[in-house]
Amino acid sequence: MIRQVARQRYLIDFTLASMMRRKVKNVVLFGVYFLIVFVLASVMLFGSAIRREAALLLANAPEVTVQKLVMGRHDMISGEHLEALSAIRGVRRAEGRLWGYLFDRGNGANYTMMVPPASDTTHAVGPGEAIVGSGIDRVKTIGRNEYLFLIAPSGRFFKFTVKERLPEGSGLVAADLVLISEADYRALFDLPDGVYTDLALSIRNEKEVATILGKAAKAVPNSRFVTRSSIARTYESIFTWREGVLLALLGAAILSFAILAFDKASGLSAEERREIGILKAVGWETSDVLTSKFWEGALISLGAFLIGLIAAYAHVFFFQAGLLEPVLKGWAVLYPDFRLTPHIDPLQVTTLAFFTIVPYTAATIIPIWRAAITDPDTVMR
Amino acid sequence: MIELQDVTKVYNEGRQNAFAAIRGVGITVGNDLTAVFKGPSGSGKTTLLTLIGCLARPTSGRVTLNGETISGLPEKFLTEIRRKTFGFVFQRFNLIRGLSARENVMLPAYPLGLDHAALTRRADELLDHLGLGSKGGLSVEHLSGGEAQRVAIARALVNDPEYVIADEPTANLDTKLTAQFLDIVRTLRAEGKTVIMTSHDPRIWQADIVDRVITLEDGLLTADERGAHAA
Amino acid sequence: MSALRRSDVAVGALAAAASLALVAMLHAFVASRTPPASQAVNAALVRDLGLTDLVLFTDARYTRHPSVADLHSAFQDHPMSLDHFPSGSLIAPPRHIFGTGPRFASDEEIPE
Ligand SMILES: Nc1ncnc2c1ncn2[C@@H]1O[C@H](COP(=O)(O)OP(=O)(O)OP(=O)(O)O)[C@@H](O)[C@H]1O
Ligand SMILES: [Mg+2]
Repeated sequence: MIRQVARQRYLIDFTLASMMRRKVKNVVLFGVYFLIVFVLASVMLFGSAIRREAALLLANAPEVTVQKLVMGRHDMISGEHLEALSAIRGVRRAEGRLWGYLFDRGNGANYTMMVPPASDTTHAVGPGEAIVGSGIDRVKTIGRNEYLFLIAPSGRFFKFTVKERLPEGSGLVAADLVLISEADYRALFDLPDGVYTDLALSIRNEKEVATILGKAAKAVPNSRFVTRSSIARTYESIFTWREGVLLALLGAAILSFAILAFDKASGLSAEERREIGILKAVGWETSDVLTSKFWEGALISLGAFLIGLIAAYAHVFFFQAGLLEPVLKGWAVLYPDFRLTPHIDPLQVTTLAFFTIVPYTAATIIPIWRAAITDPDTVMR
Repeated sequence: MIELQDVTKVYNEGRQNAFAAIRGVGITVGNDLTAVFKGPSGSGKTTLLTLIGCLARPTSGRVTLNGETISGLPEKFLTEIRRKTFGFVFQRFNLIRGLSARENVMLPAYPLGLDHAALTRRADELLDHLGLGSKGGLSVEHLSGGEAQRVAIARALVNDPEYVIADEPTANLDTKLTAQFLDIVRTLRAEGKTVIMTSHDPRIWQADIVDRVITLEDGLLTADERGAHAA
Repeated sequence: MSALRRSDVAVGALAAAASLALVAMLHAFVASRTPPASQAVNAALVRDLGLTDLVLFTDARYTRHPSVADLHSAFQDHPMSLDHFPSGSLIAPPRHIFGTGPRFASDEEIPE
């Protein structure tokens, strides 16, 4: 056992010494490997942290949202249905919701305008008042007087007094929110009374949702229902799409990398072949040669994996994934500023480890193996 | 004691360019003798050394070591025997670049997993013995030809083998270094090691430490004479 | 010779990296057990205001509110039209548009 450890140490000594000879190549290799792992791990960690956060937060979303559809498009829904809906057994409350988007021509940002539900007393707003999300401040000067000026789609000016700002840490759910009163909302968007963006149902027992939906579908024709569980599912799949794309891309990168390594190694230089011959001639077994090569692959890929993972962790959870921001922002002017709760999915990390370490190490060993099993008599010449 | 029984070696066997380098050789070497193989270029001297030293397997015939057949053994055992029994000094020295002289000497013992301090000490002793005490830490690219050969000799001795096999050991050396090499062989001989060499160089096969001179021609033994020492 | 061997340095560095990675996992574990105060605040906001989505991309309806967006909002102008927004390519269409029933979320059965 102690012998084995000592043997491995000797083999690592040798591997490092021969790696030092190709210092530049190995440093570049390590760097490329590190970058691949870093990007991949950053995306994975970010994605899984977002999904977890979404699952936790959106567990509080409305159980059922009822939308009216006209020719496949979302349309305003009449409040007349509220009575029929709240009469369905199992429905605790049915409420009309008013929310929509306002594009700010001045700075190109999109705000989500919303009327807080009547049941929410903590965010009650009077006429001419507004509560703004944490991101609004960053894209719009609210000024010393705490006034928020908005131009309605009709071209009319609106002036709101900012009554309150939503807390700093709430960017992930409320960065672009502007809460205003119902009267102001209808005036801003020229909406008639009695119509709503959609209707939210709160339900007594989650198990009854299917039954209630059946009844509601009869009560409100031409409508679509979004349940809380379908919201959850939407967010379970968020980023997996992109992660898939990235994985495919980086998978291809790793593969070409492995091919490169393989190609390089299978066309082992005469010097390397000779070196293997010398080692065998002086008494190394094939397995000794392979083990020392294994260490070469492992030191690079395992080292790059570990350091890449650590760097990605720090990047995502301590530096707010700053390098991913340009990708995530897209065309958005208003981008939420949020801190994710650290979260590591062990399965994901294992997968990443497997796919980064194994192919490369194998690609370094296999070609050597071919050279290492031949008789070493050529070194005599 | 190594015995070759009716050994042949055919390169590229079964192909168009097949070439029989050794064509039926029977010989016994060992027993503290210093033996030299001589013969014209291409006569098969190097090939015979690879067969004796278990670096290659014969195409037919058998090789025995102290009475045990070793020519048919699997690779793993052959390597182990090679490591324990033989030390090689190659014509081109074959030191590994990037490693220090000391590390090159230690190399054959790496797979044994010996205590690092003890192994380092042993390598330093060997180098010291060969007059390279101060060069242990130097990378082998910086050594002169004679120094490189002495490092190669130290490497051949690190596992304390019974046989030292040297192919054209003085081909790259001048007269003075050749004399120095013969001195080293003298010491080895005194320590009880069997030294087996090939050489084109009369200074080698006429040297007073040589017990036996074997002539090879066209893959066949043509003479087996006593050397200057035995005479 | 007690000089540091190359293998010691390399294995040491690897061990250090491995323990740092372990620390990161531990950190993540502890952090997920003790969520920051903002999580409770956010959960309360979602509940009080009845929010349905996270603010990840504000550039289009179907990226700002993917879970309640129109069935075909991404293809509104033409069924084959390409997405205008980079983030649209980063987000999968909401699950329910793949569903069988036109009006229901994917696996809610249409009752009699
Ligand atoms: N791998 C090989 N394939 C084909 N022929 C080979 C191979 N190796 C050696 N030979 C041939 O075998 C013959 C014997 O070679 P060997 O190296 O044993 O000769 P040698 O007596 O050592 O010659 P020299 O004195 O020039 O070193 C040569 O004719 C050589 O061309
Ligand atoms: Mg020769």
